Amino acid sequence: MKTQKRRTLKATKVISNTVLNDGVHCIKLERNFNFQAGQVIALALHTDDEPRLYSIASGQNDPYLSILFDVKPMGELTPPLSQIEAGQTVYRSDPFGKFLCQEKPATWIATGTGIAPFIALAKSGMANDITLLHGARTLDKFYFQDYFEQELGENYLRFCTTESSEKVNSGRLTNYLQTAENLPTNNKYYLCGGSEMVIDVREILIARGVPFDNIVAEIYF
Amino acid sequence: MSKAALYGKTLSELKTVVSELGLPAFTAKQIANWLYQKHVSTIDEMSNLSKKARILLNEKYEMGLTPPQSYQESVDGTKKYLFQTNDKQFIEAAYLPEEKRNTLCLSSQVGCKMGCLFCMTARQGFQKNLSTGEILNQIASLPERDTLTNLVYMGMGEPMDNIDNVMKSLEIITSDWGYGWSPRRINVSTIGVVPAMRRFIEESEAHLAISLHSPFNEERKQLMPIENVYTAEKVVAALKDYDFGRQRRISFEYIMFKGVNDSPQHVKGMLQLLNGIKCRVNLIHFHPIPNSPLQGSDYKTMEMFRDKLSQKGITTTIRKSRGEDIYAACGLLSTKKLIAEEGQKDH
Repeated sequence: MKTQKRRTLKATKVISNTVLNDGVHCIKLERNFNFQAGQVIALALHTDDEPRLYSIASGQNDPYLSILFDVKPMGELTPPLSQIEAGQTVYRSDPFGKFLCQEKPATWIATGTGIAPFIALAKSGMANDITLLHGARTLDKFYFQDYFEQELGENYLRFCTTESSEKVNSGRLTNYLQTAENLPTNNKYYLCGGSEMVIDVREILIARGVPFDNIVAEIYF
Repeated sequence: MSKAALYGKTLSELKTVVSELGLPAFTAKQIANWLYQKHVSTIDEMSNLSKKARILLNEKYEMGLTPPQSYQESVDGTKKYLFQTNDKQFIEAAYLPEEKRNTLCLSSQVGCKMGCLFCMTARQGFQKNLSTGEILNQIASLPERDTLTNLVYMGMGEPMDNIDNVMKSLEIITSDWGYGWSPRRINVSTIGVVPAMRRFIEESEAHLAISLHSPFNEERKQLMPIENVYTAEKVVAALKDYDFGRQRRISFEYIMFKGVNDSPQHVKGMLQLLNGIKCRVNLIHFHPIPNSPLQGSDYKTMEMFRDKLSQKGITTTIRKSRGEDIYAACGLLSTKKLIAEEGQKDH
């Protein structure tokens, strides 16, 4: 009655597995294919496993492909994935997805590992006319901050809810959006992170006069 | 130590239960019969089980059934039931009586992760996946259980984001040892989480409803974040991989938003997208949610949209809105306030 056609996964070697901070890893994979910054791959440890989706966190011209992930202690994939070593094999889909963030001027908004598509875009030369707002609980969770500082300068704003530092704003990113003067309503807003952040930020932006069709969100699920 | 719930276990899980308790293998089928066909409310009522079996079961298991906490009734007869889960969260289920059929709209999650712009459930964020037992409890503990003719998985949550438990619930509902329902009386909805949707298509015979709401990628992205990953085009391409036969129905749900997705161009877009798929389209009037930038299309526009699609050979209907006055209608279910209140209580 039916044909079966599930996503075909391809064996790919791991180049490195770096711990960025407690529970967050960046894995680099060998790459011999093209992708568009903002796309995702589906990843699994074995061909029969149900793969999970990860935003690509490296530039289109980088010789490798990176992904960023939080270890979910009860998860089926991330605990063993966090133990993987260079030379071992993982299974990935071809890149896909349409969170390509091509309209400018734009504000990119991320929390936590939701920064991944934005580092891919920035490293692919697409960070002109961009303001990046990144929220995190602790100062060590502003992944790729050196790169963004250098690339975006004053247009890179960090918001930390539990710690403070000279370069980082204290408090919630959502508080900033609620109170910021001259919030550009004609900008395109690209949001990436968990659903709660996306929903809160989208509601605030709409309440502040940003048309809903200027807001595009990618939700991690 | 809290006991595990017996309700919601599949026959193969019940076989494991009886094996672990050292009971004869046939006991599993007996238990399934008491749970899903005779609808007993206690283990002690399972009278053809040995006394030893009932004692052992009672030591480790409870039934796991919870009656609804309350309900609201609409002027149109729709009833919205509130259920509390084991961990003090809340879900809603809507009972929709009609002349010839009585449908229950089930929830599959507490909250939802998918963040659709037009949905109240999305506004409460995601709290948890319902267990198989919690999904089925909405049927089993419904006062109108025995009058039900149809089930739709269109309440709170994205069923394909809780695919394991949704599939187990379907197995229990449609198996001979379970409720024994025909899968043709069940419709499961999705926004198009493609891998789980493929599994559902391959492992179930129930109908499938896809929330589409726009045929255009850029526009659908603004309404539904899932479009960034699983585009409508990909969803439709996946559907084309399967032969659904004559009995199994694919439908597309289309909420109509004034000035957004209700133009003749959208009709053309729909025709192009759905070309080659045997399906029907259900047009749904948008029920505005607080602070929403969207408004519902007027009925004249909806009728125009329906007629144009129908003229081109796609069976299209305008779905009758039910339970709007009690917030039971499509996209209005939410237990955010109740969960917040429960969180403030001193347990």
